[in-house]
Amino acid sequence: MTAATQKPLMSVEQPSAWSRIFRRDLKAYANPYLGGILLGVVLFSNFFLTGNGLGSSGGANRIIVWLEDLVAPTHVDTNAALAAVAGGVRDPLDNWVVYLTLGTAIGGFASGWMNGRLKLEINKGPHVTARQRLMFAFIGGTAFGFGARMARGCTSGQALSGGATLSAGSWAVMFAIFGGAYGLAYFVRRLWN
Amino acid sequence: MITTPFLFPLSAATLGAMAPFLYLAIGIAFGYALEISGFGNSIKLAGQFYFKEMTVLKVMFTAIIVAMVLIFLASALGILDFNLVWVNPTYLWPGILGGLIMGVGFIVGGFCPGTSLVGASTLKLDAIVFLVGVYFGIFAFNESLSIPAMTAFWESSYLGRLTLMDVFNAETGVIVLLVVLMALFMFWGSEQLERIVGKMDASKFPRWRYFAAGGVVLVAAGVLFIGQPTTTTRWAKLAPVKQQLLVERKVQIHPGELLSIMHDDRVNLVMLDVRSEADYNTFHILDAKNVAPDGALKLIGGLQYQSTNTVFFIMSNDETTATEVWKTLVAESVPNVYILEGGINNWLAVFTDATFKQNHASTMPADDYLRFKFDAALGAQYAASSPNPDLVEGMTFTKKVILEGKKGGSGGGCG
Repeated sequence: MTAATQKPLMSVEQPSAWSRIFRRDLKAYANPYLGGILLGVVLFSNFFLTGNGLGSSGGANRIIVWLEDLVAPTHVDTNAALAAVAGGVRDPLDNWVVYLTLGTAIGGFASGWMNGRLKLEINKGPHVTARQRLMFAFIGGTAFGFGARMARGCTSGQALSGGATLSAGSWAVMFAIFGGAYGLAYFVRRLWN
Repeated sequence: MITTPFLFPLSAATLGAMAPFLYLAIGIAFGYALEISGFGNSIKLAGQFYFKEMTVLKVMFTAIIVAMVLIFLASALGILDFNLVWVNPTYLWPGILGGLIMGVGFIVGGFCPGTSLVGASTLKLDAIVFLVGVYFGIFAFNESLSIPAMTAFWESSYLGRLTLMDVFNAETGVIVLLVVLMALFMFWGSEQLERIVGKMDASKFPRWRYFAAGGVVLVAAGVLFIGQPTTTTRWAKLAPVKQQLLVERKVQIHPGELLSIMHDDRVNLVMLDVRSEADYNTFHILDAKNVAPDGALKLIGGLQYQSTNTVFFIMSNDETTATEVWKTLVAESVPNVYILEGGINNWLAVFTDATFKQNHASTMPADDYLRFKFDAALGAQYAASSPNPDLVEGMTFTKKVILEGKKGGSGGGCG
């Protein structure tokens, strides 16, 4: 509890610097169509200016390969998929998607901060414990990362970017993602409901 | 620099040192758009799969149709070169299986990689743990590629740069309009579900969304009406500059230079022999691919998938057909395209001796016909199919091949 909550009268007139910076009012999420329009304009801008779409798992891949290259450079040089991004003197971080990934984290942080959503918390369904939620988050993340590499892109790089450029393969990936999630949703409903 | 009839996309050379900052700025806008849409919250994301709230579908498909109509409008207006836009290559089965696995990860973990990054940057612990999982999963997949069967599967069912226009054999504008209408129908269905299953108050949905939908339909109809640039219109715009290269013979390359390039490990050489199959079977240069003149562009496929050191050589018996193919490829923004000077006839004249010429003499006078007679169709088994590279030593010719930088999207967003 901060001083502000102990002395409510004072906080109204003179909020502390701490609460002015970090206790921002919680604002509602944007209308989904509005968020979508903004996202679409951002996606178009990148295609228009650079010819590239958006991506996320690609950045994660390059960061993980960079870490591997620090620990086991010989191993990286002998695995074809790893060598393609970090073989020899190649710098896995010297790629547009790495800058994009860094920007995504900054943009997410900025929006969360401005809208009062910067909060240490665990979002979970009412019937699971925090521990279980984190365990399933790890399992789900692992599956997603594995699948994203197999499909050569995730919801950003395939569904969103390939969807907008009308790539046949990306549309197949997109329907497969929704298919997989809807197919399993009933069986894991206790996780969320 | 690749000359195209379009202003965008810019090349890496044009962007220069600005590129990282541009990508960083785009990334910030991307993260911001995801966060304000509620994509940092796993409850909101998972709600999609129980029909309680359809935010994921609404945001995703709105983004897809908005970006799509803008991309193809810019292309129709002649300011964006769609040939240089990165279109994800299709690897059908790895894509589908990978997609299904991602779907499982989505419903079990509540995020996808991009949304977990945004969730993590707003301190959601479940997002941070999910993101660690993503890294672990990527690591596991990369390592699994040391199993040969896994690599074979990953490389399987490759269909190259394949768009929905190719699949349905339809005009771009038609597909664009149909995708827009499909998305609007899904939005309508989603709102019904939100009203019935999610118990949302439908009267609270903003009215402006109808106008936005109408606007997107109008732009899509405009894309259909204007149409996408054809090879002919693309060439018409480029002709003033490119015709000059032909006239000044800057792109017709001496057989000697081609031979030295054939033995240059730094160059990825693609030779396209656009003669008839009969001529090709009779005699051709080793490693040249036979392709019909109108099939050359299709064969090259996605330009973005070629490495930057790729050089294309077009050859016919003389130069006429090769020049036409050269125009097509140049109009469609293929970089580093050259013509074999004097065609196969000149190649044979340069790399065969007097005896050969005497034994194979033919009096075919017409242009672009093979002026050598062969008793057997031995294809690339003649000595002149792969001449000794040392022959280049005594020749005098001006080197003309210059490797152009790559323009447009390089992809890699997924890998």
